[in-house]
Amino acid sequence: MSQAAITSQDMSWFRKNILLGMSNAEYFRKLISPFNVITGLILAVGIPTAIWRFAAGLGATTNLSNTNPWGLWLGFDMFFGVAIATGGFSVGVAVYILGNKDYKPLLRPALLTGFLGYAFAIIGLLFDLGRPWRLPYPFLVSAGMSSVLFLVAEHLALYLTAMTLEILPAFAEWLGLKKAWRFLMKGHMVFIILGSVLVMGHQSALGAMYLLMPSRLHPLWYTPLIPYHFLVSCIAGGLAMLIIESMISHKVFGHQVKMSHEQDDRLTLGLGKAVAFTLITYLALKVLSVAHGMHWELLNTGWGYWFMFEVLGFVLLPTILYFVAIRRGSAKLVRYTSIITVLGIMLNRFNVSMVCLNWDAPEVYIPKWSEILVTITLITVLMWVFRWVINRAPILYKHPDPFYADEH
Amino acid sequence: MNSSRRGFLKMLAGAGVGAAAAGKAGDALAVEDFTGWPDTYGVLVDVSKCIGCRSCEGACNDVNNLKNGVDPTDQSVFETERRSDYNVYTFVNRYMPEAGGGQPVFVKRQCMHCAEPACFAACLCKAFTKTPEGAVVYDADVCIGCRYCMQACPFYIPAYTYQSAFDPKVTKCTFCFDRISKDGGIPGCVEICPTGALTFGRREELITIARKRIFADSDYIDHIYGEREVGGTSWMYISKVPFEQLGFKTNLGSTPIPRLTYGFLWTLPILHITLPVLLAGIYSITRKREGGAHGADGGEG
Repeated sequence: MSQAAITSQDMSWFRKNILLGMSNAEYFRKLISPFNVITGLILAVGIPTAIWRFAAGLGATTNLSNTNPWGLWLGFDMFFGVAIATGGFSVGVAVYILGNKDYKPLLRPALLTGFLGYAFAIIGLLFDLGRPWRLPYPFLVSAGMSSVLFLVAEHLALYLTAMTLEILPAFAEWLGLKKAWRFLMKGHMVFIILGSVLVMGHQSALGAMYLLMPSRLHPLWYTPLIPYHFLVSCIAGGLAMLIIESMISHKVFGHQVKMSHEQDDRLTLGLGKAVAFTLITYLALKVLSVAHGMHWELLNTGWGYWFMFEVLGFVLLPTILYFVAIRRGSAKLVRYTSIITVLGIMLNRFNVSMVCLNWDAPEVYIPKWSEILVTITLITVLMWVFRWVINRAPILYKHPDPFYADEH
Repeated sequence: MNSSRRGFLKMLAGAGVGAAAAGKAGDALAVEDFTGWPDTYGVLVDVSKCIGCRSCEGACNDVNNLKNGVDPTDQSVFETERRSDYNVYTFVNRYMPEAGGGQPVFVKRQCMHCAEPACFAACLCKAFTKTPEGAVVYDADVCIGCRYCMQACPFYIPAYTYQSAFDPKVTKCTFCFDRISKDGGIPGCVEICPTGALTFGRREELITIARKRIFADSDYIDHIYGEREVGGTSWMYISKVPFEQLGFKTNLGSTPIPRLTYGFLWTLPILHITLPVLLAGIYSITRKREGGAHGADGGEG
């Protein structure tokens, strides 16, 4: 990319910045790849389905009911989606506040994931809301200040703003907007601190939403500690997702990643250690909740087995595997364990938001094909946008111009 | 507007916050425990008097212009346990409890109109109001359709017009608020009930009536369902058959559901004030340490 840009100084702005230095014909030829064909087919059916949702309503396109009013779009897109998009905040704190500069190469990919993850969670929310066009209502028309969901909405709006301001310098570097870059970098530290506070607020608030459902959420999952379960598990989920992402980045965008394999392995091991300690905290919170609720006897029921499957298989097991991996210095094992960890966060959010909610109600919710397709479509668009930005802006590598040296 | 604001402040007062702002001079110095509006209305449902005629359902449909196409005399609806729907605000279910000696027991259900409603605490758009009359009313004009109220209701009452793409709303029993807020007005279902199974009146008086009936006839279960459940509800039930055999949830406890989040709602402001200071402090320490190690390298950015 950069080579094409250097050899053709007189190239148009559009060709240089958008088409990666290729001509129109070259660019469109390059677009035809197996990945693009498959994902293109998904979009070809997914986008009309998404439009159908808004034209025909929730009744026609979902299996939601009066008894189970929340489904996949909240469980996956919102509760799981934002839980694994918090890596940017964790790395931001590690690099800037705790001063651990080693992790700096991971910061931009993590911030980009965080920004896109949250943006897409909110797009997913628009599908679920009965009246999405009233999204600003809680702020502008009628504020339900006593609702935890109001806090979530307020925090998501502010956090997305902070994340946008955090990721914009990368765009300024890509387009060579030096004045804007300098201006944006002035507020850098403030956004990192603000973002950290906001992320802790809304991640715990997402869990606190379930405090209102003591009789509707199964007692093994319902606990007064649920805000802290959500908060601690999102830190583990966000860091584990970061490990998976950097593994994929090395495979897919290897030519951009300037990091050596040794350095990558070292950072992966370091992150793995952080996830392992977070998971221990999470495990302790889980055990504490069962103990304080005096729910030991519930473990020997069908729901109890399901609970133990979640806790032993997706919290305890990865914790042990991380420690084995750290002892052996195996970055590979850390990467595989991270997949288990992220699946575990998904299982937990599904359990809390769907499976174990309304557990004793007669009706069971199973998502309709159109719900699944819209979610897959959103993930596909997310991947396209992610790749599009990665190929253009300095996310995985440092901009060569010394002007952009970050002095923090 | 004013009443809902007062209600919110009084609800906060229930969490142990001083009630100075609540506007009642006598309570200004007390840590007030909100126990519901005074002189609020309610309905006492005597399950043992219901014959399952479903005329309450018909009256509800008439008052609220509901077109659910169901003939109130049709007995086949009793085959399944029903729940509220977008066009069904009240419904009568039939149970064949073990304790009933083989006799069917009919239970009319509708919104319980809680003293401190979970739907109120759930709503981020303040679409729900607990009126001093006792009704929990919903305002579709501010609702964004998140359906958290439905998820929070311990009685599984609010329903949603899922079939509507452009004008969906939450639906539930209104306690015939337009009628009961006028002198002498009573809900449509109470007015039509031919057996006296439904009694409308001041909630406190209804509790006295219920106690007298329980005292006079030992067949009654010694429990007024709704007197204390989730902090008390405007609609209450007495029965001669244990409530758990009649589709009632008996694990709800007596804590008003909104209070379960008050602690958390106060945790966040504390976090918002202390955490930035803490992080800035840690940052300044790490900066200073680096400055010492690398000299000018750690200059202001």
